[in-house]
Amino acid sequence: MMRAGRFRYHVASTVADAAAALADGGPHARLLAGGTDLIPNMKRRQDTPDLLVSLRHVGELRGISVNGETAIHAGTSLDDIVKSAAIRAVHPALHRAASQIASPLIRNTATLGGNLCVDTRCNYYNQTFEWRKSIGFCLRGPVPDGICWVAPSGRRCWATASSDSAPALIALGARLTLLSREGERDIPLEELYADDGACPLTKRADEIVTSIRIPSRVVRSTYWKLRRRGSIDFPALGVAAAIRPGPHGVIEDARIVLGAVASHPLLVPESQLLIGRTLTDNVIEEFAEGAARHARPLDNTDFAMTWRKSVARSFLSGALRELRGDDPSTFPLLARETALRNGWRFE
Amino acid sequence: MSDYRVIGKARRRVDARAKVTGQTRFADDLSFPRMLHCKLLRSPHPHALLRQVDVTRALRAPGVVAALTGKDFSIRYGILPVSQDEEPLCRDKVRMTGDPIATVIATTEEEAYAALELIDVEYELLPVIATPLEALQCDEPRIHDYGDRGNVHKSVALEFGDVDAALAAPAHLFDDLFFYEGNTHLAIEQHASVALLEPDGRLALYSSTQTPHYVHRALSRALDLAPHRIRVVATPNGGGFGGKTDPFHHEIVVAKAALLTGRPVKICLTREEVFQCHRGRHPVMMRMRTSVDDDGFIKAVDLETLLDGGAYGSYGVASTFYTGALQTVTYRIPRYRFRGCRTFTNKPPCGPKRGHGTPQPRFAQEVQLDKIAVALGKDPADLRLQQLIEPHSLTANWLQIGSVGLRECIERVIDRSGWRSKWQKMPHGRGAGLACSSYLCGAALPIYWNDMPHSGVQLKIDRSGLITVFCGATEVGQGSDDVLAGIVAEVLGVEPYDIRLVTGDTDLTPVDLGSYSSRVTLMAGNAAIQAAERAKALIAGAVSAKLGIPEERLVFAESRVFDAADPAQGLAFRDAVIIAETIQGSIGTVGSYKPPAAAARFKGGGVGPSPSYSYTTAVAEVEVDAGTGWLRVEKIWIAHDIGRALNPTLARGQVEGSVYMGLGEALSEEQAMRRLPPRLSHALVHKTPSMLDYKSPTALDMPEVFVDLIEQAEANGPFGAKEVGQGPLLPIAPAIANAVFDAVGVRVDEVPITPEKILRALKASGRRAGPQQFPSIAWPQAVYVPPPWEGGDGRAATKAEEALQS
Ligand SMILES: Cc1cc2nc3c(=O)[nH]c(=O)nc-3n(C[C@H](O)[C@H](O)[C@H](O)COP(=O)(O)OP(=O)(O)OC[C@H]3O[C@@H](n4cnc5c(N)ncnc54)[C@H](O)[C@@H]3O)c2cc1C
Repeated sequence: MMRAGRFRYHVASTVADAAAALADGGPHARLLAGGTDLIPNMKRRQDTPDLLVSLRHVGELRGISVNGETAIHAGTSLDDIVKSAAIRAVHPALHRAASQIASPLIRNTATLGGNLCVDTRCNYYNQTFEWRKSIGFCLRGPVPDGICWVAPSGRRCWATASSDSAPALIALGARLTLLSREGERDIPLEELYADDGACPLTKRADEIVTSIRIPSRVVRSTYWKLRRRGSIDFPALGVAAAIRPGPHGVIEDARIVLGAVASHPLLVPESQLLIGRTLTDNVIEEFAEGAARHARPLDNTDFAMTWRKSVARSFLSGALRELRGDDPSTFPLLARETALRNGWRFE
Repeated sequence: MSDYRVIGKARRRVDARAKVTGQTRFADDLSFPRMLHCKLLRSPHPHALLRQVDVTRALRAPGVVAALTGKDFSIRYGILPVSQDEEPLCRDKVRMTGDPIATVIATTEEEAYAALELIDVEYELLPVIATPLEALQCDEPRIHDYGDRGNVHKSVALEFGDVDAALAAPAHLFDDLFFYEGNTHLAIEQHASVALLEPDGRLALYSSTQTPHYVHRALSRALDLAPHRIRVVATPNGGGFGGKTDPFHHEIVVAKAALLTGRPVKICLTREEVFQCHRGRHPVMMRMRTSVDDDGFIKAVDLETLLDGGAYGSYGVASTFYTGALQTVTYRIPRYRFRGCRTFTNKPPCGPKRGHGTPQPRFAQEVQLDKIAVALGKDPADLRLQQLIEPHSLTANWLQIGSVGLRECIERVIDRSGWRSKWQKMPHGRGAGLACSSYLCGAALPIYWNDMPHSGVQLKIDRSGLITVFCGATEVGQGSDDVLAGIVAEVLGVEPYDIRLVTGDTDLTPVDLGSYSSRVTLMAGNAAIQAAERAKALIAGAVSAKLGIPEERLVFAESRVFDAADPAQGLAFRDAVIIAETIQGSIGTVGSYKPPAAAARFKGGGVGPSPSYSYTTAVAEVEVDAGTGWLRVEKIWIAHDIGRALNPTLARGQVEGSVYMGLGEALSEEQAMRRLPPRLSHALVHKTPSMLDYKSPTALDMPEVFVDLIEQAEANGPFGAKEVGQGPLLPIAPAIANAVFDAVGVRVDEVPITPEKILRALKASGRRAGPQQFPSIAWPQAVYVPPPWEGGDGRAATKAEEALQS
């Protein structure tokens, strides 16, 4: 069997304790939440931390409150989010995203904080040490001067942002709180992400995500996930859409986010152009065509990249049609399945 | 129906309780005092000479007890006598990424793993042969120093009747190319083995293998140790599907390490290593030419196959023949030619996966028949029904057919699925497709030439009333233990759950060749009947003498032995055994089974003959999204001619499991390799060596499956039973391909049938996705055999001789 290397283990009792341990641990310390991303990465030697600071017993990091603003503590399990009737009612995009992450068993232990910080993914990188050694490793090491096999002539890492909840929460306008020994700060979620596959987060290594807050504006939202199978698979494409319709269907605010087509969740700039318009067929198609141009899938996930790109456009328009109120059961097969699918869970 | 009490009744399998409560001990569950752990250093390069392998530094690492290299072994091994081309650890050369080079034995798995990094290896890289085309084009460097020529492992050609003449002036000639991608077994249990020395110094190996007998032979050979000094115990397999039917390097390595250290040594492969062991479905390119008359009757079939064999021989020679052997057993084919070629490539070796070599040409044949039906304006079901193979007949290639329930299979699925109101009658985007298939019930010839039984069963019954069944058959999840218990229980009138089974242990059980080729139910089942009938006769004789009831009136049922004329007259089974043991002495019987001799007597005729053939028909209903090519398989109706279902619960499980596995092959599974830009790297690695990335369907991807078992007793089968483990996989992929055509009018002549390919076909002018050309291959002169209806006796002749005679 595959085993992770040796590491020290600190069980934090409070967030402050975790922050202190993390700061003292230096650059090779990592937070452990559900461990469903970190531990497999350690077994594959993608990461070789010498200290794990476990958040699993930090009670203050768990829980959801919905009164006006929604606040979710970072250690809340994805299954708890999926089970929350309030989130399902108020923030369908988040519900749908969380419910389709990984598998029921993984969602029992995986957390929202971990999902927002989940490592980027690439077919050339999410492999065992032996496999990566066979290809002479890649730009992400562990040896220096590696090549990015996805775009060998360039000097950057094109690994794909693969969180399902991040696009949904960005579309919903979420902010998050980061805490370290130095103090707390509060940023819009989209600012957590740098467009760099090898170093995808802008936060400092000693900062802990403690909570995620979603403003209470009335919006309609949805999340469309493309994956080959009905469960388990990471997104090969994610489209999160949130709109605030005003009187007569005139859009007052719109945030559309693409996932899994770049190294960061991509807030589509043209979202702004929807404001003041109504979602007619023309408006939707024009928007989808423009927005799909931002999707530049590379050959480092499942499915052929050109095919993924063509689906991006149909997902963009499909998601908006759903929000307009079209009946998804009349959609073509893939759109219908996608719009109607929620993750399966043990009841 | 029958008046059997156990046979044919749906029951919980005898090992179900242990499995669902976690009591079953798989190989990796075994642990012994002072046990050491083994890890293998594997080649990062696909093709290279080994200049030096130095384990000095590794030996000094903490916890390390021993380290071995190729120099510690001198004898090659392999499953087939003609392909003894594997080394436990490579000596001079590696032939694929993942080839084992050295091993470290240490007190913990972590220490063994860490020390691998300290082994110093010098490689001299060789050019890489990555595809069959490259193998055909590049004779040098040779991956192996044997084979037909260059990197061609084996090419074969067989011709039954003058096919060229039959193809020359056909009413209609269909000439199609197909490609079936390779895929792997993906058994949930990764291979694991523990070797140890028994107190008397003999070697024992516990291993997740489907073929303990063949592993026994390979160990004896590779370690140069007398077979009676070796015991191989097959632990219950957490799935095998053909992936555990070869002897493996890791089994030999832990055995050697146990001999050297005197301590138990264990290995459990990682999932990636299992992908490298492979032995899965060969990728096969096919050209199939079929001539039919105006009414759609087949006149002749000419099939060419090109197999991507990977780095070793494995079962490959058999696999090659299997891509041609069973094309003739479903429909009447008056003349048939088959030419197959297997190439070596620097990739994990292919071998036997559920259906061994036959799903690929079956896909070709069933899709082509669909094309023929459409072209001639016939219903595909009718096209098949009009030319079904006759029961108890000989095929063009001299296979002896027994019972055939194919007509009933077709009729059942078209009835239940509403085929007549669906095919060509549903709205655009929805479609139905039909396909049939057949499979063997055990190969009539063993892997190595011998005239001994293929399966043996021994029964021990004593005064406790306990019946113990000893049989070399191996439980791989298919239910072979339940088959043995059910059969013996039926004959001796006891409960299957009261029977004790000792299976798959070369020290304790009579030889059974193994759990492959759908042979166990038929062969071990027949052996079990014989052993049980003999025991019954012993007991009946004694009881008859004691109670004065004529033997032929004695009934064994309800755990009693009693008088059919007066059921009150009799005694408990246990008391009957006591009487028998008193009169006869200790009670032990044996039974064995050997398949009937084959009718084929030409070279190459050893692959294909079987005591019986099972038949299957499936209808798939699909929806296709014409905008994206997305495909959803909604429903599958499947009817399988099983002869008799010994335990319908298990039989249905096998059918559903086959549908599941066929679905994965049809839609998404690919054992595909990744190549990097050649100027930067000559790596050749598995694209998706994990259960996350290798896309096997999940429970949520399963369509609704409607299973029907067609029961028409087969004379050669135990209680009339035929196989059910493999055949039902075969029609799934072609039924889906045909349904896609019915839905949106495009042909995907290739599996897996992905949305990308469907979309490509929808946009292509030819409305097709699939291979564009079949390479020209220098075929050997065909072995010419007149089919039974053109005279001859199953022996090869030359065409010229034929011409003279007629
Ligand atoms: C088979 C499989 C399928 C998967 N499929 C999906 C999928 O479909 N979609 C998807 O999005 N993910 C998927 N995942 C990835 C993973 O399960 C999820 O992203 C999960 O939500 C990660 O949460 P976790 O609590 O387990 O994180 P962990 O593994 O514990 O941590 C992940 C990373 O986040 C950091 N971290 C954790 N908590 C905090 C915090 N509070 N503050 C700062 N940093 C933190 C950790 O240090 C680590 O770097 C899959 C994983 C597997 C094994």
